[in-house]
Amino acid sequence: MNLVLQIWRQASPNEKGRFEKHEVTDMSPNMSFLEMLDVVNEQLIMGGREPIAFEHDCREGICGSCGMVINGVPHGPKKAITACQLHMRSFEDGDEIWIEPWRAKAFPVLKDLVVDRSAFDRIIAAGGYISVRTGSAPDANAIPIPKEDADTAFDAATCIGCGACVAACPNASAMLFTAAKVAHLGLLPQGQPERDDRVLKMVDVMDVEGFGNCTNHSLCQSACPKEISIDFIARLNRDWRRAAAQ
Amino acid sequence: MQLDAKIPTGPIEEQWDKHRFEMKLVNPANKRKFDIIVVGSGLAGASAAASLAELGYDVKCFCFQDSPRRAHSIAAQGGINASKNYQNDGDSVYRLFYDTVKGGDFRAREANVYRLAQVSGNIIDQCVAQGVPFAREYGGLLSNRSFGGAQVSRTFYARGQTGQQLLLGAYQALEHQISLGGVKMFPRTEMLDVVVVDGAARGIVTRDLTTGAITSHAAHAVVLATGGYSNAYFLSTNAKGCNVTATWRAHKRGAAFANPCFTQIHPTCIPPSGEYQSKLTLMSESLRNDGRIWVPSEVGDKRAPKEIPENERDYYLERIYPSFGNLSPRDIASRRAKEVVDAGRGVGESGVGVYLDFRDAIKRLGKSVITERYGNLFQIYQQITGEDPYAVPMRIYPAPHYTMGGLWVDYNLMSTIPGLHVIGEANFSDHGANRLGASALMQGLADGYFVLPYTIGDYLAQTTLAPVSENHAAFREVEREVTDRVKKLLAVEGTRSVDSFHRELGQILWEYCGMSRNTAGLERALNQIPELRETFWRDVRVTGRGEDLNQSLEKAGRVADFLEFGELMCQDALDRDESCGAHFREEHQTGEGEAKRDDERYAYVSAWEFTGVGQAPRLHKEALTFEHVPLSQRSYK
Amino acid sequence: MGRLAALYRSSIGKKILMAVTGAFLFLFVVLHLLGNLKVFQGPDKFNAYAEFLREVGAPILGHGQLLWAFRILLLLSVVIHVTAAVQLARMSITARPVRYRRPFREPATYASLTMRWGGVIIFAFVVYHLMHFTFGTAHPDFVRESPYHNVVIGFQSTAVVAAYVATMLALGLHLAHGLWSAFQTLGANNTRFNSLRRVFAVSVAALITLGNIAIPISVIAGIVQ
Ligand SMILES: Cc1cc2nc3c(=O)[nH]c(=O)nc-3n(C[C@H](O)[C@H](O)[C@H](O)COP(=O)(O)OP(=O)(O)OC[C@H]3O[C@@H](n4cnc5c(N)ncnc54)[C@H](O)[C@@H]3O)c2cc1C
Ligand code: HEM
Ligand code: HEM
Ligand code: SF4
Ligand code: F3S
Ligand code: FES
Repeated sequence: MNLVLQIWRQASPNEKGRFEKHEVTDMSPNMSFLEMLDVVNEQLIMGGREPIAFEHDCREGICGSCGMVINGVPHGPKKAITACQLHMRSFEDGDEIWIEPWRAKAFPVLKDLVVDRSAFDRIIAAGGYISVRTGSAPDANAIPIPKEDADTAFDAATCIGCGACVAACPNASAMLFTAAKVAHLGLLPQGQPERDDRVLKMVDVMDVEGFGNCTNHSLCQSACPKEISIDFIARLNRDWRRAAAQ
Repeated sequence: MQLDAKIPTGPIEEQWDKHRFEMKLVNPANKRKFDIIVVGSGLAGASAAASLAELGYDVKCFCFQDSPRRAHSIAAQGGINASKNYQNDGDSVYRLFYDTVKGGDFRAREANVYRLAQVSGNIIDQCVAQGVPFAREYGGLLSNRSFGGAQVSRTFYARGQTGQQLLLGAYQALEHQISLGGVKMFPRTEMLDVVVVDGAARGIVTRDLTTGAITSHAAHAVVLATGGYSNAYFLSTNAKGCNVTATWRAHKRGAAFANPCFTQIHPTCIPPSGEYQSKLTLMSESLRNDGRIWVPSEVGDKRAPKEIPENERDYYLERIYPSFGNLSPRDIASRRAKEVVDAGRGVGESGVGVYLDFRDAIKRLGKSVITERYGNLFQIYQQITGEDPYAVPMRIYPAPHYTMGGLWVDYNLMSTIPGLHVIGEANFSDHGANRLGASALMQGLADGYFVLPYTIGDYLAQTTLAPVSENHAAFREVEREVTDRVKKLLAVEGTRSVDSFHRELGQILWEYCGMSRNTAGLERALNQIPELRETFWRDVRVTGRGEDLNQSLEKAGRVADFLEFGELMCQDALDRDESCGAHFREEHQTGEGEAKRDDERYAYVSAWEFTGVGQAPRLHKEALTFEHVPLSQRSYK
Repeated sequence: MGRLAALYRSSIGKKILMAVTGAFLFLFVVLHLLGNLKVFQGPDKFNAYAEFLREVGAPILGHGQLLWAFRILLLLSVVIHVTAAVQLARMSITARPVRYRRPFREPATYASLTMRWGGVIIFAFVVYHLMHFTFGTAHPDFVRESPYHNVVIGFQSTAVVAAYVATMLALGLHLAHGLWSAFQTLGANNTRFNSLRRVFAVSVAALITLGNIAIPISVIAGIVQ
């Protein structure tokens, strides 16, 4: 299939970027989207030009490295998958495809489609953990956990930290990401002792990092490759209110 | 070079306790005076860095991804073993130990494997306390499954994302220590060399992947937790960034490389669909519980699967292994698939692949049951291939998946360079010639949480190390070499892309040093690889600058190392003139085409010493003795 | 007090204040509508009601005291609601310095995306509305004692009616998202009722809009004279 690509090129954080047009021919519909970009890059290199920088590693939708806004939609047109799981058969021959990086003050562009998501790590570092010294843990079956709680906690825990929620949110808010971790740990008995402290600290850092405020647009949920539910955002708000009232 | 495994004396059950008692301890007040570098933030690296910081050491942790949470461990699916015996089905430390040694086809060190089994239980306790949401029964207790043909249910799992959940646990512990200042994290930073001062590893030289800055980091001890080298084959189930660079450069500085030819090929992966293929996706082995594997009996039968009548299908695994059938071990299932494909009976456009057919299972159990068991796997398959596995049989083919080989380490996980410790998939590990399913996660976390934090303390307490800073001449020297290498790669300005070389190397290794090997093929590979390496340095094209985020430069450095390392893989495979585990030498098979070990001549670990690029490496042998698990031939008939 | 400050410092805290004040404003809108619907019962009932508003609370409270208390609360709510809205909006706008070429949208989110505009419109309306019916400065023939008269005369001009109807639609939209959103913000979240939250918000918003619109329309249509 033949395509017209409009790809965001930006040499460095402070340089201003622009869209670069690439007309590519006879791509296979069985290629993954990133393999299509690989081919484009091979051609660029052969032409002595710099390849398009984009983040990727596992290429199977679990590491959260990849991420780009494809025709306005984070991770592309198909729901519940990452950009690396997208295949060209999801496009029509002759399509024009616009490819942009995540856009948020808290995610500065490093180069082309690569952004700096370390703000997420700092949110986790603020309290997204359960303090347990190595070796100090009781037997794994000492505390039974009702299956539903474990399952709901799991739904939240499937977040891969890709940042699509921030990219999708009109306010560039990190609420879904933060809510997912707060819910994951807050739903488990092991997470109770630090529950209040955790939510207050994580939300503080979230604000400091320069993410926007959640006005409940719920677009994050639609863009999330793991379909994390905004119910967790309501949960976060409740936990925060409880903790703040303490 | 002297190999001393430092295995403690006494009965195997007491060795680890005895050893821990005899260890020298670092005075708590002094711990923060010790700097430890941990390269890698996977299960092994993250768990080690967090645990060491907890103990009070001053830790620096490095990874090439943009966040430690993205280490390749995240991709592990199936589960993690532990001898908890929660299922009351007769599991025990001893049985896990026994199965692992036997599964490794008697090429692993008994003492290490026993210790692994001993600490396996603590791992589960630790992870649950961290909030890892393992699968549970309705009673609220942990659930287990039997995995990779094990006779007991000892595998703990978290849906299809066990590795992700375990890594997030370790990552969160790591971030906690980072917030406390115990760990300084360096993401997007690639280690390009080890610095050895007065015979001991005293630091590393790194490249900042965003600015290209080459920097030295000095420390009292260095830990490599940099994962496996399956990407030597280019196409593998590993993440794109997985590489041999860290371990290879350490090897060039004097760390022995053990059993490089022990590479595991996973039988159930989605076959490549074209030459643009960039990596292969693993399909959980559990599919083999209900799927039936077959190919057409006739060579070159291109009919659609449903048009091929029952009597013209060859369910070869069921035919050859009546008792184990489709569940026969990884290496066997893989090798048999290659046989039928080489015989021209492969399926799919490329002819590279065999059918994994759920027709009968759907008839027997109903579609709903199959959906419930494998729904998401079927989705993934359809997502990638565009085919509906409910209607058309899946196509699968083996792919490189795990590497048992790695840097040689003693019982304390220290390499032949004093102070250089190696953990996780990066060391030659406890899996011998073949790893059992769900044992790699166990080993990575055992090393990081429960072994290294003790043994490294012993090393630091025992050795007197002169203060060394980044300004030391040795660091300056290595920095220069590293910088020159980067310059050299950029200076070639040839006509071929890095990937094209990587692909070509991968094809050579896959062909001659893959699922089955023979003298002629290995010798051919040993001719081709040096030529390819030579062409690479003459004709590779790396665009862009060194002082910048430059992904083709990153790749180039890694491929250059694979091009040196691939040769060692083949040398090792050629030297090991026996079949064992995943290493199948066609010259050595039983009448039924089973791997035939030669314990007389090869019951040893091959530890290779580097003598120079293109020079024959020097072989050192660590003899293996089996006092607890009697040597026996595997038989899955 | 310190707790309130802490509440206000956090983005979530601000949002909670918006939800609470929003809920109070919503309460006012409902009561106000119920009162206004009395126009359909003729001048006496309606004027009596207006009078009652001032007398309510007596004899404990003096003339208009309770009303003033209510007005103060109302004013306070608007101030908090609006300042929080403005500050959060600024925060969110700076969080996305570079816009997308074609931003990600889904039909479901039209109401949510127009909250800020809706707010501004409502605010402007209230100012005008006060001049219209309370101070009478923007009224052709204002009679303080007879709100009924004011309403009927006030709604003779199509322009005025059009402006009212437009605002009421804006308010409807604002509430359609706002009421649902408030549940999220206050964390009143129960998987069993979540599906009902939207239904509730939308239907309530619809009713209020219809009720509000009915008044100016029926006046100009001559149903109410
Ligand atoms: C698809 C798949 C499924 C699997 N499923 C299972 C399973 O179900 N059960 C099981 O037990 N095992 C499984 N495995 C194997 C298991 O996941 C790995 O063996 C294990 O996770 C390796 O962990 P590690 O910490 O040693 O290395 P990794 O997790 O690979 O971490 C390597 C780390 O080193 C860093 N690094 C590497 N090189 C450098 C460098 N030069 N400079 C700086 N940093 C560097 C990386 O950034 C990374 O942080 C699976 C493997 C794959 C590929
Ligand atoms: C009768 C008047 C009003 C009522 C009944 C009302 C009601 C509400 C409610 C219930 C919410 C939901 C709060 C939440 O999401 O938790 C809300 C949000 C909002 N209101 Fe109002 N409001 C009114 C007037 C205003 C005014 C005058 C403005 C601004 C000038 C305004 C701006 C906003 C904005 C921007 C939001 C969305 C912010 C957010 O969801 O965080 N509103 N309103
Ligand atoms: C078509 C619908 C409406 C009609 C007919 C109407 C009518 C009136 C009238 C007659 C008064 C004067 C009452 C008196 O002084 O005794 C009044 C006051 C007021 N109205 Fe409305 N109104 C309408 C909608 C609204 C809306 C939607 C809002 C807010 C968003 C609003 C806010 C107010 C306020 C704040 C006052 C002043 C109340 C007071 O005196 O304390 N009105 N309205
Ligand atoms: S919540 Fe979803 S979109 Fe956001 S980071 Fe996690 S996985 Fe990505
Ligand atoms: S889209 Fe943004 S506004 Fe909230 S609900 Fe999601 S974070
Ligand atoms: S590359 Fe790992 S999620 Fe896409």
